Amino acid sequence: MHELSIALNIVDGVLEEAEQRGGVRVAVVHLRLGPLSGVVEQALLFAYPMACEGTPLEGSRLLIQPSEVALYCPTCQEELKPATLVDLRCPACRGLDSRVVRGAELEITGIEIVPSEVQV
Amino acid sequence: MSSEPRLVEVRRKVLKENDVRARALREAFRQAGVCVVSLVSAPGAGKTTLLEKLLAQLQPDHRVAALVGDLATENDAARLARSGALVKQITTGTVCHLDAAMVEQALVGWDLDQLDFLFLENVGNLVCPSSYDLGEELRMVLVSTTEGEDKPLKYPTIFNTADVAVITKRDLSQAVEFDAELMRGNIQRVRPGMRIVEVSAKTGQGMNELLEALKSRLSGFHVSQTA
Repeated sequence: MHELSIALNIVDGVLEEAEQRGGVRVAVVHLRLGPLSGVVEQALLFAYPMACEGTPLEGSRLLIQPSEVALYCPTCQEELKPATLVDLRCPACRGLDSRVVRGAELEITGIEIVPSEVQV
Repeated sequence: MSSEPRLVEVRRKVLKENDVRARALREAFRQAGVCVVSLVSAPGAGKTTLLEKLLAQLQPDHRVAALVGDLATENDAARLARSGALVKQITTGTVCHLDAAMVEQALVGWDLDQLDFLFLENVGNLVCPSSYDLGEELRMVLVSTTEGEDKPLKYPTIFNTADVAVITKRDLSQAVEFDAELMRGNIQRVRPGMRIVEVSAKTGQGMNELLEALKSRLSGFHVSQTA
């Protein structure tokens, strides 16, 4: 359970990005989350409002876009989807030299900022 | 003037700060020629016992040190210090993993040039440590014969971020009816091609293979330094 730490990292990252763009309040945060990131979506959604408290993100929504796992198999020379998340061998040749190329993402992809001039 | 929020596209890793620190650490370790090996496992898999043996058996020919993470107590550091190696405990409080900043802080005052191997013993946890790069050269995941052969399937992410799997407590295999082939197959499913070493720190079984693997990593490391 490190989702509260992760949520705090999200808040810090978003604040830095928002400040650079002149926003004072953040309404929505878009996050891409891979199944191999080691982060549990439900636990993150639970921790997020606590991490936002007392910051310009307070009351914001966290929108999670799940990503899919992709492997590259050098034998088959192509990108493939694994059979299951607990079988990351090449689904075509069963080879052991496949490697994960996508699916561990944990990244902020967008923020919805309320421009400062509309603040009352 | 609209009060509608404005969508801004960004592309920023949530753990960017940790990644940046870890990269700087990895660079410093390479510059100093120290091979950094981290150990991750569930609590009780035998990280500290294995590390005690590794420190003792590497010491005649190599300069070794260890940082050891726990939520509380300095027990592990005290145990490891008996080997004569340089050891420091990192107590994380309630944090369930080590991160790059903790490693950086713990290393203040240490001369990396004086080391060949530095071990980082993570907090016993098979979930959270997987997200945090510590700047290590090699991540070893330990799983003991007593934990059940399906452990890798239950915690695929940590296995997927590790470079070597070490099956520990091989001396207990018979008592717990451990199925080595099943465990090896499960490890290969979640981390295809992963190197697996089976050891018993108690009897010494497999320790030479593990030591040789570490030493060859170190020498390869030095070759690539001078190249």
